[in-house]
Amino acid sequence: MEPRISSNSLKETFDRRSFVVGAVQGGVGLLLAARMGYIAVAENEKYKMEAESNRVNLSLIPPRRGWILDRNGSPLASNRSDFRVDIIPERLSDREATIDLLAKVLDFDDIERKDLADRIESASSYQVVPVASGLDFEKYAALTVRLPELPGVLPQQSYARYYPTGTSVGHLIGYVGAPSREEYDLEPQPLLLTPGFKMGKDGLEKQFEQELRGVPGARRVEVTATGRRVRDLETREDVPGDPIRLTIDGPLQDYAARRIGLESGSVVVIDCLTGDLMCMASMPSFDPNSFSDGIGRVEYSMLSENDRVPLRNKVLQGLYPPGSTVKPMVAMSFLEAGLSPDASVVCNGGLRVGNRVFHCWNRHGHGRVDMAKGIYQSCDVYFYHFAQQLGMNVISEMARRCGLGQQFPLPVASQFYGTVPDPEWKLKKYGREWQAFDTVNATIGQGYMLFNPLQLAVYASRIATGRTVMPRLIMDGKTPKFGSMNFHGDHVQVIQNAMSDVINGPGTAGRARLPVDDVLMAGKTGTAQVVSLNLSNGKTGPWKYRDHGLFICFAPFNNPRYACAVVIEHGGGSGSAYPIARDVMTFLFDPAKALDALHGFEKQWGGTAQQRLEKSYAAYAAAAGVDLPPAPASIKLAEKVDAEARAAIAEPETPVTDALVPREDPVASANGNLT
Amino acid sequence: MRRAVTLPAPLAQIPWQVILPIALLVAFGGTVLYSAAGGSMSPYASSHLLRFGVTLSMALVMSFFPMNLARLAAFPVYAAVVVLLMLVEALGAIGGGSQRWLNLGFMVLQPSELMKPAIVLVLAWFYHGLPVGLIGTWRAIVPAAALIGLPMLLVLLQPDLGTALAIAFGGAVVMFLAGLPTKWFVGGGLAILVTIPLAYFFGLQDYQRRRVTTFLDPESDPLGAGYHITQSKIAIGSGGLFGKGFGNGSQSSLDYLPEPHTDFVFATMAEEWGLAGGLFVLLIFGLVLRWGLTVARDAEDRFSRLLAGGMVATIFFYAAVNLMMVMGMAPVVGIPLPFMSHGGSSMLTNMICVGTLMMVNRWNRQPRTNY
Repeated sequence: MEPRISSNSLKETFDRRSFVVGAVQGGVGLLLAARMGYIAVAENEKYKMEAESNRVNLSLIPPRRGWILDRNGSPLASNRSDFRVDIIPERLSDREATIDLLAKVLDFDDIERKDLADRIESASSYQVVPVASGLDFEKYAALTVRLPELPGVLPQQSYARYYPTGTSVGHLIGYVGAPSREEYDLEPQPLLLTPGFKMGKDGLEKQFEQELRGVPGARRVEVTATGRRVRDLETREDVPGDPIRLTIDGPLQDYAARRIGLESGSVVVIDCLTGDLMCMASMPSFDPNSFSDGIGRVEYSMLSENDRVPLRNKVLQGLYPPGSTVKPMVAMSFLEAGLSPDASVVCNGGLRVGNRVFHCWNRHGHGRVDMAKGIYQSCDVYFYHFAQQLGMNVISEMARRCGLGQQFPLPVASQFYGTVPDPEWKLKKYGREWQAFDTVNATIGQGYMLFNPLQLAVYASRIATGRTVMPRLIMDGKTPKFGSMNFHGDHVQVIQNAMSDVINGPGTAGRARLPVDDVLMAGKTGTAQVVSLNLSNGKTGPWKYRDHGLFICFAPFNNPRYACAVVIEHGGGSGSAYPIARDVMTFLFDPAKALDALHGFEKQWGGTAQQRLEKSYAAYAAAAGVDLPPAPASIKLAEKVDAEARAAIAEPETPVTDALVPREDPVASANGNLT
Repeated sequence: MRRAVTLPAPLAQIPWQVILPIALLVAFGGTVLYSAAGGSMSPYASSHLLRFGVTLSMALVMSFFPMNLARLAAFPVYAAVVVLLMLVEALGAIGGGSQRWLNLGFMVLQPSELMKPAIVLVLAWFYHGLPVGLIGTWRAIVPAAALIGLPMLLVLLQPDLGTALAIAFGGAVVMFLAGLPTKWFVGGGLAILVTIPLAYFFGLQDYQRRRVTTFLDPESDPLGAGYHITQSKIAIGSGGLFGKGFGNGSQSSLDYLPEPHTDFVFATMAEEWGLAGGLFVLLIFGLVLRWGLTVARDAEDRFSRLLAGGMVATIFFYAAVNLMMVMGMAPVVGIPLPFMSHGGSSMLTNMICVGTLMMVNRWNRQPRTNY
């Protein structure tokens, strides 16, 4: 027990303790004053900055992308003013409700709605997801009105990529799209998260991304905590990306793409003097305009199911046995190895080597055949005979000199280089010795030989000029000078004359003559068999079994300016290829005449390539509904297409065991292209 | 009193030395609320001033209550508020969710707010009635603990940790002033130190626990629960010495500051008026609390002393916890700043405290009637 407690002692205790309470209160007051002083004075600068960074939102303005121009300065890819809508998933409050409302306001069908849901699903939270572009003003305005219900949705006026010739340039130019998560990881810049910013996903758009991109503008905006804009403080204009000028001739590219028509194939035109690639058309194709907001599931399914592989750039990723188009090169190798052009052999429809007979395509025989006849009549026996004498290495060396099997220094993502077979290569690849039948196959461009259409065009240009023409795709203001191929004497004229006779003489492609006065064209047909004779006759039956049609040419014959290669997949023979080459070359000399021919064809085919693509899309979408797997992200798509193209190359897994038996009629066509 | 010379008697009896500072603070609060509403009297500033007028009249009326009435009413008032608390709890259970208020039609009443002065009143009454010799025995603490514990429990059920702590603090200060042995407080303090970790892990709701952790490290979650503290510190810190000027606070006007008119009104003020405004607010609270303690010390009897001391403690608790919270020194608990925050219940409670102090002040200056 404490000392006696009384009323008085309690009063004293109270006084003492109330003093303590007062002191504590005063102490806390001082502490608060000190704390506030510290925050407001000592840390004032720091918090001022934080308040400012709260208040002011620096938003980037996506730069206008540089144009891609053709050789004459007309745009192959430009920008057009556009109303667009994007979503930032991070800021969505109710994903489902937002998608529903957007679909309603923007009139989405089920497919578009599902594609949008997929895109949001697969994006990371900070990434910008495109919803729609190219909106008309009514929809844009309707959406803007409902914005308070749609946090995280950003309608804006910006620029969209526009490809005036759509499908014709799809493979060449590529397309753009919103940056993916992987692309942001590689290049973590705020611009890649800016709504409306698109980067190149494929083709030249991807190769020249840095040149085309430009410098973003910036806008300082006062914003509320919920992101509502209060006012603009300051704006810096964007710096548009640099244009790039291609060697491509826009109208020619478009013409060639359309002229391929219903076939699956490619056309390459090269300027013999400069190496300018004037046309690199690959069909069927896709519309790069419709890829820039993400690739829809219907469109992707339709394109990927098509056995004509519209997503593959056949100019660079298509490898084909060249067929008889190699014969001028083989003949050149004979000349360079010392064979006289007058040396001849009698063709009885076949050549006996040891106890074997190798057949000529012409079972009746060509009679006495010299080099020129060997080329213009495409006699197989002539080549079998002298190749057995001179050996394979002579041929493979010449193939490489002509650019076959070569990769060219071009700004492209993927360029397949094919195969120039020789004994060393075979031993290394299959562990087998080179056989007589291997040489036989090689002289007629079959067996292991695989080239792409670009190589064939370069080869044609080198034969046409006798110079080491190198292809180029970018106009850099320089005029290239090419060295001589160092062919001896008049060898190159011998070959050129024989190629002229193919068309203008007693050759296999008389109907390839240009319908232009004073311009003669020289060329060589080729038919590449893909299956043996007993499986298919090569002209009818399953598309996959039909022969490839090939044609290389150059014109004018007396002063070569343009060289061209046409490869029609499973066209049923060279008759599917040379009419296209003829019309494309005609377009260079007399566009009106060439267009007349094309318009006639397009009436039969049901419109231009673009129109037919749109029609088949509508039909496919109506049939397919929404139960389709989503399309892969753009960045994955190019890889996937490339991998599929590699897998599709017809290089045999096991060594070829026998000579190919050529078909009897190397120029027949399976369709009505012959007029 | 000096003013007694110039003022008529009834006016002279009014303690102007507290009413004037409080009126100044309320007016200052009004300007801040005017700015927080984007430069408009409605909805905050006008009702704030109106409430002050009403509650001030009420407090003045209260100050005329005789001591007998206060003593008689002490327990019934306490019991009535406990019943209201139970009613709130019951209504909440029926309505299917927690509820803290009763809608009386003309105003929305939070009974837990009323409990803050009521607990002080009932404890003052209890220790006044307790025989002097028993102050060191269990009979001094067990009934008091029960009186504090019951409403605390009811408020915690709501759940409202801030108000429960305010009730406990008011009660504890009255017990301390009543002269309970120091060792009990030391022991109690130690017990709390032990209990805090236990309570943290077992007693707190998830959202309360998060508030504690983010208080300790607000930057750990700048966009989540730490947002409030961070934005409040940005508002205060960016104000500097003299602030950004009236109506120029970007933190509050652009909605970065949460609750700029209630719990974080001080941050709103500090952004626009700076350290100068903050010191002014602290000064006024200092004046009011110092006056309150003087009233308590001047009181002749135990009941008045404890009553006045407890009321001062209650106001102090409000102000101190709110200011510590907005400056990032305490977790975010929903406690408004007296006389500045917009809110009827808080104004009512604080003016009841002030009214009680004025009442005791009047008793002090009246001749003894009941000895």
